[in-house]
Amino acid sequence: MEKRLKVRQIKDKLFTVVMALFSIAIILPLFFIIFYIVRNGAVEIDWHFITSLPKPVGEIGGISNAIVGTTELIGIATLIAIPIALFTGIYMKEFEKSKLAAVVSSLTDLLQGVPSIVIGIVCYLWIVLPLRSFSLLSGSVALAIMMLPMIIKSTYHSLKLVPDSLKEASLALGTPYYRTVMKVIVPAASSGIITGIILSISRVAGETAPLLFTAFGNPFMNLNITKPVNSLPLLIFNYATSPFSDWQKQAWGASLILIIMVSALNLASKIMEHKWKTTY
Amino acid sequence: MENDILKIENFYAYYGTICILQNINLRFTKNHAISILGPSGCGKTTLLRCINRMHELADDASIKGKILLSGKDIYDTEPMLIRRRIGMVFQKPNPFPTMNIYDNVIAGYKLNSIKLKRSESDKIVEESLIKADLWEQVRDNLYKRGTFLSGGQQQRLCIARALAMKPDILLLDEATASLDPKATSNIEKLINQLKHSITIIVVTHNIAQAARVSDYTAFLYSGELIEFGKTGDLFTIPKDKRTEEYLTGKFG
Repeated sequence: MEKRLKVRQIKDKLFTVVMALFSIAIILPLFFIIFYIVRNGAVEIDWHFITSLPKPVGEIGGISNAIVGTTELIGIATLIAIPIALFTGIYMKEFEKSKLAAVVSSLTDLLQGVPSIVIGIVCYLWIVLPLRSFSLLSGSVALAIMMLPMIIKSTYHSLKLVPDSLKEASLALGTPYYRTVMKVIVPAASSGIITGIILSISRVAGETAPLLFTAFGNPFMNLNITKPVNSLPLLIFNYATSPFSDWQKQAWGASLILIIMVSALNLASKIMEHKWKTTY
Repeated sequence: MENDILKIENFYAYYGTICILQNINLRFTKNHAISILGPSGCGKTTLLRCINRMHELADDASIKGKILLSGKDIYDTEPMLIRRRIGMVFQKPNPFPTMNIYDNVIAGYKLNSIKLKRSESDKIVEESLIKADLWEQVRDNLYKRGTFLSGGQQQRLCIARALAMKPDILLLDEATASLDPKATSNIEKLINQLKHSITIIVVTHNIAQAARVSDYTAFLYSGELIEFGKTGDLFTIPKDKRTEEYLTGKFG
């Protein structure tokens, strides 16, 4: 009896230790990635690096066009994705039992599984070929398509947490259905919805593949949506694969900037989630 | 019969093919409290939800018969307009979590985009909270979230929200079921105050509560109206054997 109890206690301890070990193992690669990027990238970053345009090999340039380009791509992609995804997510929750919602739900899952490079090709066919130019617009659409399933899902799941009693309370006051949804149900789910949007932005901020033949890249600053535009992942890809050691070093700097941007978004989503959390 | 604010005539309610209410006939006089009593599953909540057309929100719900509000069939009117005239308070307090106390009270106007001057809405908020006996407790915290209040206070906030629309009838669907005894007795006191100025219909499975708050009582049993009369009469000399058995605790 005594002995069996001892064995069980040891098993318990072992189990806890194994769980802790794997949790630490998860942190390690992330730690090394960040350590490496900071060590190689931090020396590259200064005001000049952030604010000036790329220069030919031999001169010290910056990555301002890529920072602005990434911001433009993400901004336009978000503007395209939010209304579509929001209404789809609301529809999926509100008409959960309908056939259309079931079809949309499984297609959303499917869309999430489509490789990003394929989405890039599709946008090339849809937008780049008809307009006869690589463009900011086509890159934004490609990113927007990638964002859709993520925002749809987070919207749907956030709305599901809102109790039906709130909807009844609103309808019982004589509120029309659309206002009940937009003024009562969606605001009650807003922290989850906004968190989902921010996370989807940070997820696509580092996408390279769908931009290769849409946004294409551009050594100059571009604010025109019909012209090609540079982005941080594209710049990193081009610089890191180039034979010039200056450019390779700058790729580290650009990587660090990208990681800082993404981490800031993640942090913002955490704060948002905490601050705007609705208690029912 | 000028005083009949609500008349229910040959009324049937269904979920799909299941008949929930059968041939209900009732007359409610103005500015009284009426309680609807009965064992669970007897259809009392369904009857209440039919009165402000919330029943039809379920996918397969249907009705037959008439409910007349001041002589006009509510099923011939826009449900939204009916719901503004017949307020409802639910079993579980459900203040709007994203709104502060002030906005919760005035929510009926805001959500219906009824424009009010600041002074008007201030007045409505104060009056409604005073009527709901909550004003003294929240007057300094009007701009705090309603969800920070206690359960009983939240329920009174919901009553204030319904009263703010100046409805003809207030429906309470087991409004004290989730509250502690103290909060329950406060709500009951409130019903007794309010019933002089508004018609109140209370659904309850608490027999003692029906006796304490209502002037008239309707007893429902498996979808049928068994008995309706003055609360005092129904409780002392019930005409039907089933009413007597329910009131004495033989079933239910």
